[in-house]
Amino acid sequence: MPVDTINGIARTIFKGSKAYKTWVGVLSLFAALGIGLYYIQATQGLIATNMRDQVSWGWYIANFTFLVGVAAAAVVLVIPYYIYKYKPIGDIVLIGECMAVAAVSMCLMFILLDMGSPERFWHLIPGLGIFNFPQSILTWDVVVLNGYLALNLFLVVYALSKIYQGQEYKTKFIWPFIVLSIPAAISIHTVTAFLYLGLPARPFWNAAVLAPRFIASAFCSGPAFMLLIFQIVRKNTKLNIKDEALFKVGELITWAMAFNLFFLIAEIFKERYSATAHLAPMNYLFYGLHGHDHLVPWIWTAVIFNSIAFLILLMPSLRKNFTTLNIACVLIFIGVYIEKGIGLVFPGFAPDTLGEIYDYMPNSLELVISLAVWAIGLLIFTVFAKVTIAIKTGEIGHAGAASHEH
Amino acid sequence: MSEDTKEKNNSLITRRKLLAGLAAGAAALALPVKNADAYVVEEYLRQHFKRLTPEELKGILKKTEEELSFKYGKQINVKATPPMDNVLYGYALDLSRCVGCRRCVYGCVNENNLSRNPQIQWIKVLEFEKENPKWQILEESNRYYEPEQVPEKGKFYVPVQCQQCKNPPCVKVCPVQATWQEPDGIVVVDYNWCIGCRFCMAACPYGARNFNWGKPYVPNEEINPNMHYLGNRPQYKGVVGKCTFCIQRSREGRYTACVEACPVGARKFGNLLDPKSEIRYILENLKVFRLKEELDTNPKFFYFFSMGMPVKS
Repeated sequence: MPVDTINGIARTIFKGSKAYKTWVGVLSLFAALGIGLYYIQATQGLIATNMRDQVSWGWYIANFTFLVGVAAAAVVLVIPYYIYKYKPIGDIVLIGECMAVAAVSMCLMFILLDMGSPERFWHLIPGLGIFNFPQSILTWDVVVLNGYLALNLFLVVYALSKIYQGQEYKTKFIWPFIVLSIPAAISIHTVTAFLYLGLPARPFWNAAVLAPRFIASAFCSGPAFMLLIFQIVRKNTKLNIKDEALFKVGELITWAMAFNLFFLIAEIFKERYSATAHLAPMNYLFYGLHGHDHLVPWIWTAVIFNSIAFLILLMPSLRKNFTTLNIACVLIFIGVYIEKGIGLVFPGFAPDTLGEIYDYMPNSLELVISLAVWAIGLLIFTVFAKVTIAIKTGEIGHAGAASHEH
Repeated sequence: MSEDTKEKNNSLITRRKLLAGLAAGAAALALPVKNADAYVVEEYLRQHFKRLTPEELKGILKKTEEELSFKYGKQINVKATPPMDNVLYGYALDLSRCVGCRRCVYGCVNENNLSRNPQIQWIKVLEFEKENPKWQILEESNRYYEPEQVPEKGKFYVPVQCQQCKNPPCVKVCPVQATWQEPDGIVVVDYNWCIGCRFCMAACPYGARNFNWGKPYVPNEEINPNMHYLGNRPQYKGVVGKCTFCIQRSREGRYTACVEACPVGARKFGNLLDPKSEIRYILENLKVFRLKEELDTNPKFFYFFSMGMPVKS
């Protein structure tokens, strides 16, 4: 890279408005706080968290699961733009891919956080250690997550370097990679679902509908987050994002949420009508079991939020009004976050395989460390997106006529 | 690595101080390699148990012995006794005799050097109420019963530990093959290879795998000095451990600690391939069942009722 390119990128990252600097400062502060607390976890062990043998995965894995969905959602932009040539999305597709990069990075951080012996990660490296592929679904997850990260990084960097030079970037060369990113996005969330649903020991997860439900909810939460981000970007930068692009994404969220709720109903019906012993975790989640009911308000909040958001999005007049659209997006983001974490991971372990109920909730250490991962993820996204926008709007580089067609 | 293993490790104290200062072992790589640090590096770079050459294993066992002897202030022996030919261990538990006294639990804790703080137990005893119309539902059972005396009237007890499945879900899911099934049917964990992802704990239908959430602690005077590398040696923080049918005993033809500890003779153990064994007699002459048979894990741990009437309390 020539010196002026590096200078341009550095200038973009380190220079900005007061709001930008405050934002980056606050995120860095949270990141530092979390790294400090991680030291405690690393020295004491995971006993510093609230996880125990009965509930052996908790808040970290819940966040991981949610973020895999957010990462997969980039495909919601890729498909209409690249495959269906829906032009207005062209302004935002790269930012969607930046988000995928940040989200997958966060996923990998959460996995590392959750490991009991993270220093032994080399045991996973094929050749050095033992990579139990294809037996262990976890190894599949390692493959698809890292593959998806590499793919998105490559797509963004390639596109940006082309735009920077003022060239057309949708070349024949890049096309196969774009097409590949679609099944790759589906695969990361499918494999994550398979992690759970392949465990007959845990009846709450052992349902085929888990995989489609994961995909459906991912296509709500990720794009909802993106819609909010795009409006912030539009307000604060020269990047021109058209209303119709945002409304199109809103429309896609509507259908995804329809499927999500439909799958949920199917799942609830199956368990409740069959009324076998396998109903216990679902009862624990929705109604409480033997007086253990601390998840109940959470899951109902999620269901109500998702339903209200769905009703808002169903009406075109409300979907095309930014106030109501944003309310729906916030509701969906919170709703799916609860559903994927508190509503999926925790009840899978309660009652445990010998019928014991341990009421798990993350403690402050877990919450702050998780917050730090979010902060680092948002930092990655902020920096990436800022550079992307600077190049696309021609602030740095030679984005000529070619980029204005997108 | 084999040079390291031959090296005399003479200043473990330095190493201990050194280890105490490490937040994550990754930094160990950056340390200067002197004879004390060589051990840290060797341990960090140690290969999977199955990949060790006989010489490497011998060196590792010797070094582990030295280290543990120093730590616990007594002579400790660490073996890696291989499986015997034509042996497949099986276990049977007589529910009509079990009185729920939990002597097996503590016999196991003592024998296998399980952490006393945080407390780890490989055997869980569930108490059920005979009168409860939903007695067969697991969450109706109680693991934390504390009556003055057992057995209590109207209660029965079901101890659960690793079932040494023929089709073990835990082995299937481990991303690094840190847990596997030995030819004699015992599912073991290489405590130096486990990365602590706990996928196996999510996969086990019997709650038979325990994680070392904190640094395991066993008082010096309570340490059992006869150890097996894949069994009862002290575990590490951040790894999973499990019942191994007392591999350090069973591979020498002895009963497991829980069999010996049981005061009512409810526990039976032997070689499934030996037609004259007690375990075979039970399988052939009594009605047996296994837990969660619908999962097809095919446990080698059987439950049976030897008598129609419960033991008088």
